[in-house]
Amino acid sequence: MFYREAGQFKTSYQADQALMPIRQDRIGLAAILLIAFVAIPFFANDFFLTSIMIPFLVFSLAAIGLNVLTGFCGQLSLGTGAFMGVGAYAAYKLTTIFPDANVILMVLLSGVFSAGVGAIFGLPSLRIKGLYLAVTTLAAQFFLEWCFIRIGWLYNYNASGAIEIPHREAFGVVVSGAESSPLVRYFIVLTITVGIAMLMANVLRGRIGRSWMMIRDMDIAAELMGIRPLQTKLLAFAVSSYICGVAGAMMVFFWLNAAEPSSYSIQLSFQVLFMVILGGLGSLAGAFMGAAFIWILPVFLKFIPGVLGFDVAAEAVEHVTFMIVGALIIFFLIVEPHGFARLWQIGKQKLRVWPFPY
Amino acid sequence: MLYDIFIDPFVQMYQMPDFFLQVLWEGFVAGILYALIALGFVLIFKASGVFNFAQGIMVVFAGLTLVGLHENGVPAYLALLLTIGVMGVLAYSVERVVMRPLVNQPDIILLMATIGLTYFLIGFGEFVFGGEPKQMITQELGLPTGSTAFEFGERGLVILQHIDIAAAVIAVIMVASLGIFFNKTRIGRALRAVADDHQAALSVGISLNQIWAIVWFAAGLVALATGIMWGARSDVSFALEIVAFKALPVLILGGFTSIPGAIVGGLIIGFGEKIGELYWGGLVGGGIESWLAYIIALIFLLFRPQGLFGEKIIERV
Amino acid sequence: MNALVSEKELSPAAAGAPAAGEELLRVDNVSLSFGGVKAITNISFDILEGEIRAIIGPNGAGKTSMLNVINGFYHPQEGTITWQGKVRRKMKPYEAASNGIARTFQNVALFKGMTTLDNIMSGRSLKMHKNFFWQMLWRGPAEAEEIEHRKKVEDIIDFLEIQAIRKTPVGRLPYGLQKRVELGRALAMEPDLLLLDEPMAGMNLEEKEDMSRFIIDVNQEFGTTIALIEHDMGVVMDLSDRVVVLDYGKKIADGPPEEVQASQAVIDAYLGVSH
Repeated sequence: MFYREAGQFKTSYQADQALMPIRQDRIGLAAILLIAFVAIPFFANDFFLTSIMIPFLVFSLAAIGLNVLTGFCGQLSLGTGAFMGVGAYAAYKLTTIFPDANVILMVLLSGVFSAGVGAIFGLPSLRIKGLYLAVTTLAAQFFLEWCFIRIGWLYNYNASGAIEIPHREAFGVVVSGAESSPLVRYFIVLTITVGIAMLMANVLRGRIGRSWMMIRDMDIAAELMGIRPLQTKLLAFAVSSYICGVAGAMMVFFWLNAAEPSSYSIQLSFQVLFMVILGGLGSLAGAFMGAAFIWILPVFLKFIPGVLGFDVAAEAVEHVTFMIVGALIIFFLIVEPHGFARLWQIGKQKLRVWPFPY
Repeated sequence: MLYDIFIDPFVQMYQMPDFFLQVLWEGFVAGILYALIALGFVLIFKASGVFNFAQGIMVVFAGLTLVGLHENGVPAYLALLLTIGVMGVLAYSVERVVMRPLVNQPDIILLMATIGLTYFLIGFGEFVFGGEPKQMITQELGLPTGSTAFEFGERGLVILQHIDIAAAVIAVIMVASLGIFFNKTRIGRALRAVADDHQAALSVGISLNQIWAIVWFAAGLVALATGIMWGARSDVSFALEIVAFKALPVLILGGFTSIPGAIVGGLIIGFGEKIGELYWGGLVGGGIESWLAYIIALIFLLFRPQGLFGEKIIERV
Repeated sequence: MNALVSEKELSPAAAGAPAAGEELLRVDNVSLSFGGVKAITNISFDILEGEIRAIIGPNGAGKTSMLNVINGFYHPQEGTITWQGKVRRKMKPYEAASNGIARTFQNVALFKGMTTLDNIMSGRSLKMHKNFFWQMLWRGPAEAEEIEHRKKVEDIIDFLEIQAIRKTPVGRLPYGLQKRVELGRALAMEPDLLLLDEPMAGMNLEEKEDMSRFIIDVNQEFGTTIALIEHDMGVVMDLSDRVVVLDYGKKIADGPPEEVQASQAVIDAYLGVSH
């Protein structure tokens, strides 16, 4: 009843190919942004910001990055964690070399390095396809992880082998390091994530996004229609890695404060891949939904026994969380292999015809 | 620098042949174990097109169940039988709960489902048996321990662990019996039919569900054997999972569907990795074992995308 | 067909109005084999500008391989291909596409995850040039370019009468419509030479009639040269100006439909001959 597009006529191609042609969708997005930028900062406490919102946004951005590559260009990658790591280490080195430069700029710049590394490891994609490619991206994962451990220059030869984020200011406010306020970090992460998401939404609906989807759906036909496979795939690898790199840099600068090589292990790659698959391949909104599910569910599960009054060892809770997450992943894959994004679409369709079934 | 890369390692090999032989043996044993894990992947991929990421964790899970049962007072051989039973139950439930509802889904969905299964098995295994590493019950199972040293040359020694020899023998027996099973039995023939074309196999009356349960069980048995052998060399713990990833480059080399490919690929990776680490690894700070296998496979694949035993792919439109 | 943009805009061939019958493409002594299997043996023929050229032959005669050679997907071991008067070097499929060769496929090769509109828009890829930066901003040049090409695409949608399925993902369309969308996608490239691989396979009579009409319209209104593979002899005889007949990778006849129909070699190839 509330979700009807009847009476909304489009009189120009411009209106017809807008990002959200339906008015109710535009209102919905505006409401979400209002909550994110105004309501949450106003009401949320520090715990909510640092343990839930900031990681959720960082993971959403990483999921968008992987979604560009896997969901839109069809190239399965298991090296996301390492590409995020490249961004983190690059940003760390940049801010070490240029301590006075704006650290937010450095974070955005760090993505350029991960984009380069991503493009190099994307080269085999010209000859190797499907699951074989997925396995070769593991080469990137393990090789880069090894670099993070062995190349002392990357972590300034710290005794601990970890990178620790120094105190940095931007626009007269402390933005990184232990003293920075969660609220400031939240705003930075939110702005970057929303900004990149919107820019990507534009790229994905235009010529470039179409060329990626052409490669994904039928690479031979795409090539016979004038798409250069290597350039197109490498661009997807570069853009995807850029976004993942920025997400990885934000992860350590605005969330964890410190990171060691194991922070960017294959587990992280899997985690982001789950977000993309459960959220829905080829959907930006799905990336946010997947990130919310995979990040917030375990946090939530941790508190259940305490709330119910059981006294369970923390270790056992962790094991059970693993089991539940694994089982739920299988469950959702069976229920809807196209992810939450598809469920959301079906829901909207139901709303559109409500109260009738068809 | 060039000398260090291109000449020095070979000089070392020549001057210390005993050490070189020892390295080769280590590579051989590691290769056998990689091949065994890869074999489990191949079995399942052949019959169902599922890239079973959980194979590595099944190895750990099988080993853990065996040791865990024995720790709780079950005699070794009975524990072995019970573990086989557990793997059977696992195969049946995976087929019933995961595979059957997901039939005909794209590769990536099935891959994700097996990663979900991996998470579940890790959680389940640690919940039941605890997370700390355990000692494999090698002696209780009647497997040989100790080692034999062969004199070599004037003062060199090559040391062979008995358990490694046993591992090699068991691997050979296992591959041979799988070969016979595939080629000589009715179920084997049905299995090959399913591998070729699901729908055609269904239409001549082969039960996909039964076949899938059987291959998962066979993969479970392979996992158990691998778990015992590997557990005997180190400890049984979930840290083994990361080593299980090594089976993936092996698969790239050998192809996802070829049993001989898995064996040969395993040996190439095993040899390549040990030789690379011990003779060249020092030049870049060591630890290159973690990625060398992937790079070997990657370079190989660039020149031969169809794998070792695959036929040349002719693309059609 | 007043919905169409003027022919001039859509086809340079018609606009320049060169003497009809100039040679567009010539294949000389082309042979292609896979390992030991010979797919094409020593075939020569030409395609003239503005004509409908049919390639026929029994299954496995090498027809599709021939098309694959023409648009650069396979590289023949021997022989040369002359395109618009120049001997062509070994080229990649995307280079053939930018040279003005478009095609449809025997088994529909649409982009299954995309809508009809996006599929046809994808045919415009080569003609769109706004870079990544403008695409990110969208407002401004990228949007203007998108709208400009959208107009062209809407003309094709009108021409093929598929307005109703504009926003439908092509995976959900019935087979006949998928074939039509695929033709639209190829037309969007505004090709000089359009290769159609069995455009009417698996269609019923009515759909065949529709498709035939579209093919003739494309040829006559836009002046597009067409090479087509088809098994339905009635269609081939009615549509085509000249026919090449292949059998076991060899050319056995070449000429106007009536002549080919009467040729003894062709009759033997189709009906079999007692040895």
